Amino acid sequence: MNQPADALFQYLLRLGDDSLILGQRLTEWCGHAPTIEVDLSLSNLALDLIGQATLLLDYAGEVEDKGRDADRLAFHRDAEQFTNCLLVEQPNGDFAQTMARQFFFSCYSELMFAELETSADPRLAEIAAKAVKEVRYHADLAADWVIRLGDGTDESRRRMIEGLDWFWRFVDEMFAMDAAENALVQRGVAVDRAAIREAFDQRIAATLAQAGLEVQASGWPLSGGREGRHGEELSRLLAEMQVLPRAHPEAVW
Amino acid sequence: MYTTELDKNAARQTPPLSMENPDLLAAFEARVANDEFIEPKDWMPEAYRRTLTRQISQHAHSEIVGMLPEGNWLTRAPSLKRKAILLAKVQDEGGHGLYLYCAAETLGTSREEMIDALHSGRAKYSTIFNYPTLNWADIGAIGWLVDGAAIMNQVPLQRTSYGPYARAMIRICKEESFHQRQGYDLLLQMMKGTDAQKAMVQDAMNRWWWPSLMMFGPPDDNSPNSAQSIRWRIKRETNDELRQKFVDATVPQAELLGITVPDPDLKWNEARGHYDFGEINWDEFYAAVRGEGPVAKERMKARRAAWDEGAWVREAADAYEAKQAARRTSAAA
Ligand SMILES: [Fe+2]
Ligand SMILES: [Fe+2]
Ligand SMILES: [Fe+2]
Repeated sequence: MNQPADALFQYLLRLGDDSLILGQRLTEWCGHAPTIEVDLSLSNLALDLIGQATLLLDYAGEVEDKGRDADRLAFHRDAEQFTNCLLVEQPNGDFAQTMARQFFFSCYSELMFAELETSADPRLAEIAAKAVKEVRYHADLAADWVIRLGDGTDESRRRMIEGLDWFWRFVDEMFAMDAAENALVQRGVAVDRAAIREAFDQRIAATLAQAGLEVQASGWPLSGGREGRHGEELSRLLAEMQVLPRAHPEAVW
Repeated sequence: MYTTELDKNAARQTPPLSMENPDLLAAFEARVANDEFIEPKDWMPEAYRRTLTRQISQHAHSEIVGMLPEGNWLTRAPSLKRKAILLAKVQDEGGHGLYLYCAAETLGTSREEMIDALHSGRAKYSTIFNYPTLNWADIGAIGWLVDGAAIMNQVPLQRTSYGPYARAMIRICKEESFHQRQGYDLLLQMMKGTDAQKAMVQDAMNRWWWPSLMMFGPPDDNSPNSAQSIRWRIKRETNDELRQKFVDATVPQAELLGITVPDPDLKWNEARGHYDFGEINWDEFYAAVRGEGPVAKERMKARRAAWDEGAWVREAADAYEAKQAARRTSAAA
């Protein structure tokens, strides 16, 4: 693969893996949510994310040009080949933790896809135009829950603070750039993540203010996901997700 | 079936018709006999109200508990497409549950009361969901056989006498047919695959066939409430009639798949124009109805845990709503 193609492949993997891993996490809730309505809305988010992952990873496979499609990429890579950010692989925890994760990720993702709608890569722009509508809804839904739980009962407030606390250390990684992404930004293909940070911070601050909660700074931000250095949980998530295609590599489902 | 009477105490809980006002009762019976729909505000005998509440809530519980066996494979669906299809299917079932709880609520029992009856073991749900899902083909088998059996039972209920229930059935049946086709398609795909995949399909068939036949409920001679339910159009065909229809429709589909129906007595009866089939193990059925199915305890434990662990979320949502309402009033004042 030539250099620009490799950079685009890596970029699409990052986007696709974020959606896939978060979608996979959300499916764990199915049948176990606090109400039927919440169950259905979590399934909606998961469906959107898995749909996005399919489009992004299929395209990644085409760019790579080695005959891999979305399923090949999803089910036949090991943890160190996944390039999702650390935030999305975090365990569900309780409902407040799940909503904190969703809130941070969807607010970030909405800004990303809104910019990517005008990407110089038409296929990516097309995927982003579809995805942005979905994640805008996800961000609103998560923000509503952050407010409801933050301003609900003493217990929900305590849980919401704990849920948010789990994630502050993973926020910076979503906005980190590297040389390959900078080159894609130069070509008008990718988003300058640093440039959307301020809008993100404002959205987070505004929602938390409404919820009566405080923004926390992360003293020691964690990263490594984009290079395949993950936490302890990801390989377990993948072991479960990949069990059938790995056990029956020649099977078609 | 989701809707067959599973509660053997049903008769004792239902007040006799002789207690009703005879004029109102006669008018009601005439309307039902005339194929009119009964609506929530209309007069109805207490026995009708209670029987329907039990039947619709049992159906709703079945949809909700039914999310668990299929949800069991969601995180392990073997392709992204299959994961999305299964997720959408399980989501549909949740929607059916919601829809049916709403229909039952129009008869005067709240969703919380119905859920409480489920969690305390007073309410029943379909025995089929107390069987475990052990391999991926089970997901196809459930769509094909379980949704298929549900359709057999529910299509006639699109013309049931209670308006809200009939309307719910129309929408639900459309989606159940879609689920059945997707389930069959999953199995067809696996039967084109490796020996291991084919073995999974046969194994799923071996485990799900008999429990699917049991879904239609006890044999007619042991199903005491049938006559009144049929007169009231709460039920439109008997358990045995529906079971026969299901067998007749399903056996050719199994042949097309290339799998064996696990019943040595199964054979076409030219004179009857139907398949004859072997004796159902009714002891197993009644054990499952009593809550002694293989994973009945696991299912109820999971439902109670979801409900109990979600209590703080529901309380927070209520508290927030109350605060918002108070803010609106003080802003308006
Ligand atoms: Fe259903
Ligand atoms: Fe149903
Ligand atoms: Fe269904």
